[in-house]
Amino acid sequence: MSAPHLSPEHAEFHEYARRWLDENAPPPAPERLPLSPIEVMTVGQRDYLQDWQGRCYEAGLIGCDYPVEYGGRGHQGFQSIANQALGKARVPFMINVVGLNMAAPTILHHGSEEQKKKFIPGALSGSEIWCQGFSEPGAGSDMANQQTQAIPQGDNWIVNGHKVWTSLGHFAQWMILITRTSKHHKYDGLTYFLAPIEGHPGVTVRPLVKITGESGFNEVLFEDAVIPDSCRLDAVGKGWTVAMTTLTYERGAAESAGGGSGEAARPTQRLINLARETQRNGVCAADDPVTRDALMQRAIVAEGLAQNARRARVPALCDHPMRLPLQQKLVGSELSQHNARLGVQIAGAHSMLYKLDSSAPSQGYWPLAYMNSYGHTIAAGTNEIQRNILGERVLGLAKSK
Amino acid sequence: MSKATTPPGFGFGEDEEMLRDLARKFLDEKLPVEALRKLVAEAPEPVYDHGQRPPWAPGLWKQIVELGWAGLAVEEADGGAGISMAGIAGLVEEVGRHALPSPLISTLSAALVLRSAASAPGREQLRRIALGTTAALAITPASGSWEPGDCGITGTRQGDGYLLNGSAHFVQDAFKADFFVGTARVDDELLLFALPSEAEGVSLEQDHIHDLTRDQGTLRLSDVRLSAKDVVSPNGEEVLQRAWPGLLVLVSADLCGTSEWQLQTTVEYAKNRKQFDHPLGFFQAVKHPLVNAMVEIDRARSLLYHAACCIDMGSPESLEAACMAKSAASDAGAFISDRSVQLHGGIGFTWECDVHIYFKRSMHNQALLGDGVHQRRKLADRLIGPIGATVENETA
Ligand SMILES: Cc1cc2nc3c(=O)[nH]c(=O)nc-3n(C[C@H](O)[C@H](O)[C@H](O)COP(=O)(O)OP(=O)(O)OC[C@H]3O[C@@H](n4cnc5c(N)ncnc54)[C@H](O)[C@@H]3O)c2cc1C
Repeated sequence: MSAPHLSPEHAEFHEYARRWLDENAPPPAPERLPLSPIEVMTVGQRDYLQDWQGRCYEAGLIGCDYPVEYGGRGHQGFQSIANQALGKARVPFMINVVGLNMAAPTILHHGSEEQKKKFIPGALSGSEIWCQGFSEPGAGSDMANQQTQAIPQGDNWIVNGHKVWTSLGHFAQWMILITRTSKHHKYDGLTYFLAPIEGHPGVTVRPLVKITGESGFNEVLFEDAVIPDSCRLDAVGKGWTVAMTTLTYERGAAESAGGGSGEAARPTQRLINLARETQRNGVCAADDPVTRDALMQRAIVAEGLAQNARRARVPALCDHPMRLPLQQKLVGSELSQHNARLGVQIAGAHSMLYKLDSSAPSQGYWPLAYMNSYGHTIAAGTNEIQRNILGERVLGLAKSK
Repeated sequence: MSKATTPPGFGFGEDEEMLRDLARKFLDEKLPVEALRKLVAEAPEPVYDHGQRPPWAPGLWKQIVELGWAGLAVEEADGGAGISMAGIAGLVEEVGRHALPSPLISTLSAALVLRSAASAPGREQLRRIALGTTAALAITPASGSWEPGDCGITGTRQGDGYLLNGSAHFVQDAFKADFFVGTARVDDELLLFALPSEAEGVSLEQDHIHDLTRDQGTLRLSDVRLSAKDVVSPNGEEVLQRAWPGLLVLVSADLCGTSEWQLQTTVEYAKNRKQFDHPLGFFQAVKHPLVNAMVEIDRARSLLYHAACCIDMGSPESLEAACMAKSAASDAGAFISDRSVQLHGGIGFTWECDVHIYFKRSMHNQALLGDGVHQRRKLADRLIGPIGATVENETA
């Protein structure tokens, strides 16, 4: 698609971002990269991706709209341009997804001056990796059911509890952490911390293994971990409000601090290519009418999502301000899932071959992508919960509980 | 064709917004759903049993002509408003939302085709449209093929004119049209012509359709004389191909409008009707499908404005974008139509409930110019390549 209508200053930045990415694409990764930041497993992958984020930050493509005193560039409206350019260029994604999209904006909204100066620059540059400690064995969709306890002791808090599904926990220096500080109020009894993780006494990070056989997320145990009060974000008892800020950014309903997609720019094209290369029952899959229809359905959903993003910026064509933004995560994750599923279907017998098999199409990409796609339909609030939110907040239907 | 830069907001600016808001206000006032029901659905017998033509409101149409809507697709130089396709889409969404029975969409369609011809006779007809003359397209053969170029009328040369014979089918709002814009096969050419409904040898036969908000007919031509000045273009196929994305946008916009009405009406019902001590919307088997319908409608609407904007920009992607819009709008329409009846329960199955009026208009529009499957077949030919061409493509 052609460039959106930009002011001269923005057009110049757009040109700069495009050119910089063109000239500074990173060398091929020393080892195979995962499909998204929540699947980064090895130190080699981490170092490579951390280096890439650092270079993008130095180039001014990350944190563009953040104040200079917190490590940003102090612009306005530059980040979405940079994000688009990053998305279009075939470059790796930003590893520090929690730092960029959740920690940094939340700290900017709720943090003290000191906290903003201390935490935001490292989150933007990727020098400090963040993870998110919201989910617990008993607190998933019902996130307010937090059982991890924080008890005040002098200038510190003593934390005990069990966090699960912690993406990037194995590389993280910091965690955005929700704890229970009062048993009397479900929502008002929560407090939000910026908790030290790596090497911190009383904190244990243990990998969990996904259906793909890979790890990527973890469980994190807090056993009498001492966390200074200076790491508390906003007031005691305001944890739920702060967490809602985080979720707004996590679910893509607000512009984040930066990031590329890393995905092939046109997933439908990748599927079409697969169909062209695949023979099924002696016929090219790209000539099979049913497959063609399925491919076009995918193409239409993908284009629809791109055009939703465009229409979301035209208030005259939006009946409700949150109607399109709140669909982003739901539609995006299901699009990826259906794309991957279609890839599996087209690959046919060869879709049974997995990563190690040299005959597997794209080194087992399709079954791997399909399995991994559930990470995105479950994480960040399951798609069932997203449908509840849309039905209640946008359509105004009765709360389902 | 040069690739123009995309305007902000699909080119839907202040003028377009004003036109749309005005249309909404006007139709809210003139055709609230109670008035619509009284007009078109007082009882089933007249139309369904006795074969009467579905009623409409010529008085309201007169006011619409005065508002200038009939000439929206006519350029200013020819006396029209020359509004952008994005603006027209906005207005037609309102027309769909109110299920307005009128010759508006058929006339806009004819105007788009005449404009695409860019000929002196075509402009002559456009000037008449701007003054309130109504028109309809007569381009579809009995088979119901939506391929521009397939047609059921043949012409033979006679003097400097032609003699036309044959029939055009599925003519929308045929009985409201003052003249027809049609196609006739003459040897290898496809002639685009304009023909008054009163012309000698022209007859109209009514189709009995389920939609209560329009009429439809078969146009029969028997030794109809066509003078040279009524030939709009000798390259009818090209003209139609160029206009096609616009035609798809009009029907898609109507579908987006009816779908949004169906969604909001069903949501309202799900908020008010209680069972098991809860409003229906409390139950996720009700809530989630309504959210899914919203997602589909929004997809269709975004693709609609994208297509309209492509047309306004003269983009080579216009047809692809319009096929996508029509596919998404047809499927969204089918889904919310289904849920709108089901989630109203027993009352939704009755003549008494308003949802059937929209259900039928939507169902008609889903099929018109080709449903989702049809659009995706056309799209596949463009994005993947025609069936059997893959190998050649790869080596090329
Ligand atoms: C790949 C991955 C990465 C993740 N990363 C992180 C992370 O970094 N940090 C973190 O804190 N968490 C993370 N999570 C956790 C994630 O947020 C939770 O898994 C999610 O919120 C669901 O909670 P649960 O697993 O307890 O499932 P449950 O809440 O038990 O849900 C089970 C099923 O029931 C459905 N369900 C539950 N309640 C309702 C309802 N009210 N209406 C309808 N359906 C309902 C759900 O949709 C789901 O299908 C991650 C998850 C995944 C899969």
